[in-house]
Amino acid sequence: MTKLLQVNNLSRSFGGITAVDRLSFDVEAGQILAMIGPNGAGKSTCFNLINGQLRPDHGSIKICGQEIVGLAPRHVWKLGVGRTFQVTSTFASMTVLENVQMALMSYHKLARSPFRKVRHLFIDESMDLLKLVGIEDQSHRVCGLLSYGELKRVELGVALTNRPKLLLMDEPTAGMEPSERQRLMNLISQIVRNQKIGALFTEHDMDVVFTHADRIIVLNRGELAAAGTPEEVRENHKVQEIYLGITA
Amino acid sequence: MGFYIVQFLTGLSDASALFLVACGLSLIFGVTRIVNFAHGSFYMVGAYAAYAIISYLPQSPFLFWVGVLGAALVVGVFGVLVETLLLRRLYHAPELFLLVATFGIVLILQDLTRWLFGAEDLLGHRAPGLAGSVNIMGSLIPQYDLALIIIAPFILGVIWLLLYRTRWGVLVRAATEDREMAGALGVNQATLYSTVFFLGSFLAGLGGAIQLPKGGADLLMDMNIIAAAFVVVVVGGMGSIAGAYLAAVIIGELSSFGILVFPQSTLVMMFLVMAVVLVVRPYGLYGNAEVHEHGFEAVSVSLLQPASKKLRCLGLILLIGVACMPLFAGAFQLVLITEIAIFSLAGMSLYFMMSPGGMLSFGHAAFFGGGAYAAALMVHYLQTPMELAICFAPLLTGLLALIIGWFCVRLSGVYLAMLTLAFAQICWSIVFQWGGFTGGDDGILSIWPSEWASNKVVFYYLTMIICIGGILSLRYLIFTPFGYAMRACRDSALRAESIGINIRNHQWFAFAIAGGFAGLAGGIYVFSKGSVFPDEMAIPRSFDFLLMVLLGGVDTIFGPIVGSAAFIWLHDKISRIDFWQFILGSIFIVLVVAFPQGIVGYFNRRFGRYFVDQT
Ligand SMILES: Nc1ncnc2c1ncn2[C@@H]1O[C@H](COP(=O)(O)OP(=O)(O)OP(=O)(O)O)[C@@H](O)[C@H]1O
Ligand SMILES: [Mg+2]
Repeated sequence: MTKLLQVNNLSRSFGGITAVDRLSFDVEAGQILAMIGPNGAGKSTCFNLINGQLRPDHGSIKICGQEIVGLAPRHVWKLGVGRTFQVTSTFASMTVLENVQMALMSYHKLARSPFRKVRHLFIDESMDLLKLVGIEDQSHRVCGLLSYGELKRVELGVALTNRPKLLLMDEPTAGMEPSERQRLMNLISQIVRNQKIGALFTEHDMDVVFTHADRIIVLNRGELAAAGTPEEVRENHKVQEIYLGITA
Repeated sequence: MGFYIVQFLTGLSDASALFLVACGLSLIFGVTRIVNFAHGSFYMVGAYAAYAIISYLPQSPFLFWVGVLGAALVVGVFGVLVETLLLRRLYHAPELFLLVATFGIVLILQDLTRWLFGAEDLLGHRAPGLAGSVNIMGSLIPQYDLALIIIAPFILGVIWLLLYRTRWGVLVRAATEDREMAGALGVNQATLYSTVFFLGSFLAGLGGAIQLPKGGADLLMDMNIIAAAFVVVVVGGMGSIAGAYLAAVIIGELSSFGILVFPQSTLVMMFLVMAVVLVVRPYGLYGNAEVHEHGFEAVSVSLLQPASKKLRCLGLILLIGVACMPLFAGAFQLVLITEIAIFSLAGMSLYFMMSPGGMLSFGHAAFFGGGAYAAALMVHYLQTPMELAICFAPLLTGLLALIIGWFCVRLSGVYLAMLTLAFAQICWSIVFQWGGFTGGDDGILSIWPSEWASNKVVFYYLTMIICIGGILSLRYLIFTPFGYAMRACRDSALRAESIGINIRNHQWFAFAIAGGFAGLAGGIYVFSKGSVFPDEMAIPRSFDFLLMVLLGGVDTIFGPIVGSAAFIWLHDKISRIDFWQFILGSIFIVLVVAFPQGIVGYFNRRFGRYFVDQT
């Protein structure tokens, strides 16, 4: 069976800095992979490469065996990749509900329709998604006025609209209370198991990472420093070195 | 051979003044993010000031250059005054209002210059000591042209030294690259802005002054140079002084040689070059995408909601009022209301691309005037009946907007806006220069409605149906998925792209729709007036539309309607006064300072709560 996501020998540099350096890993269906590493390790860059936001200098990225290097983000999305951003990015002049509706309209190929009123489109489906990510009570608030944690939930809801095969989440629980984080990650685990999709996420909260990840890869200055199950990574000396004094 | 060398040198000397103006524009924009429309006026004032000073001084080579520098200084000081007394008050208002303020200055300076110097074109003084010509292989070139050729690279060098070898230059570059960071570095913003304004205005004034012996001084200089300067800035790359010089040289050479090949259409050549450059390098020859990132906060972001019940009632009452108008209004009032309706539609189409679409346009008149000309030309040459002409006008301008939009949507923010202005100016110049086909300055006359619609009241109803229908369609579109996706692209390109929206295409279509509806307005307009002139496509007309939208308030769908009503009413009241542009400009400035949220925005804030549905 082909892997859901295969990243092979991926590199990207900015000027003198190599943000991602010959990185290889893969994600299987039904698996949650956590990518950790100190600030500036290249995690977000890696997400941007997979999502098509950035072009790699070399290397290959395959989704279900299909090469996606060179595709624009919108085409990667159409292949079933949903993502959230580290710095949340939503439609600030729209309500929470409208944000999800917009994504659904695009998924159902209606984004160019000049004939229907948005007010009546995909309300139930949107509300279901908002319920799933736990923000249905805010559905009529304007996104520009939400807190960071709330925006993270909206982004997750939006990322789920295209029934993704692969979910990319850049710090999905940032800006939340510790108990809230665990609940949200439980929910993500459930979605991944139930729908047999793959998930790749980064997180600075090690509790979250070690409780919820099936596998962990550790990045340091763009390079793969370690990979394995949570237990293996915990025991790894190199990882302890990298994190010495960085995380408590 | 000599002929071609002279032609080449003439092109270089033409580039000098253009470079100075574009360079100042680019510096001011880079640091303050103000698109200074008055920059062309500063150039014009520089030429007139030089004329006055040189006429006053005794003739001598030394005093001639003293006069030139004196004029530049006067303009530089004037620029600082404008910055400190007016623009500084507006730094916290949306950036668009700064633009309106600078356009107010354009109007004021236009009338002030006419009042001081009269409407006649002034012939420039010959530069003493440089009045002769040089023989190059049998062809003559004025000595003064050679002086101009030297001046531009000299100034380029001085500015380069200022930017790269002084502390002030470090600050300017820091502010150009990252405004917030410059603030964090403890840059004294007020001083920096004033000094940059001084230098930028000084350069514009210098450009006008050195141009005087070659081209004299006239009242059209301001609009002519500002469009060319925008082209130079866009082609050269925003923020790049060297790029500005290169682009100015390209454009200078182009008009110099172009005139040999296509004497009638030098501006079309300019368009072709600009198009080619932008296809290959969307950010200009020396520009980079980074600087573009911090673009222009196009319009403030606010929630759009369907109208409340009370607002709908108000709308209905208005509609009934419009329908009953012919019963008690005289012919003159009907004409006025017709005009308001037509301009409301054009304003609404601009609002459509500006507010939900996030695309600022400085050249909307190209589509309005384009529609008017399309209809007029069809009637004139093909004897097309009115009904058909009105149908074809929006289709043709929609097509025009597709062509222009294809280039524009590759850029964003103020760069996009500058490009729309450049294209609009080119459309205008085609109409203006191609006199054999379009009638040139004399326009096209006797375009009257069909027999059945020639009655004033019938035509009134016809216009109302088309305009209100157009406005409601645009409004409807804003609430459809198409309109939502437009707002999505505006709010967050990153998010829109990652949920599968093709941003460029979407904006392209929105651009074309806006152009089409503006063309529809133009199509009716020509039948209501019976004639059309190039003025309908000129920059001031584009600004009228922009002002209507801003006057009403950019956040509201009613804005363009109220704005155009207010504008037409105001215009009607003052346009018979001699120096009415002066008054209009002053009114704009007062409005912008006192009511930055526009008329509807103002009423919304004060009385909005009475129109919200109770829940
Ligand atoms: N667009 C860019 N231009 C230049 N350098 C960049 C760019 N994006 C990232 N970098 C650099 O690449 C490196 C990796 O950055 P990245 O954002 O991927 O780190 P990260 O692991 O996500 O860090 P964090 O935990 O802080 O989110 C950093 O040194 C950063 O400065
Ligand atoms: Mg990151």
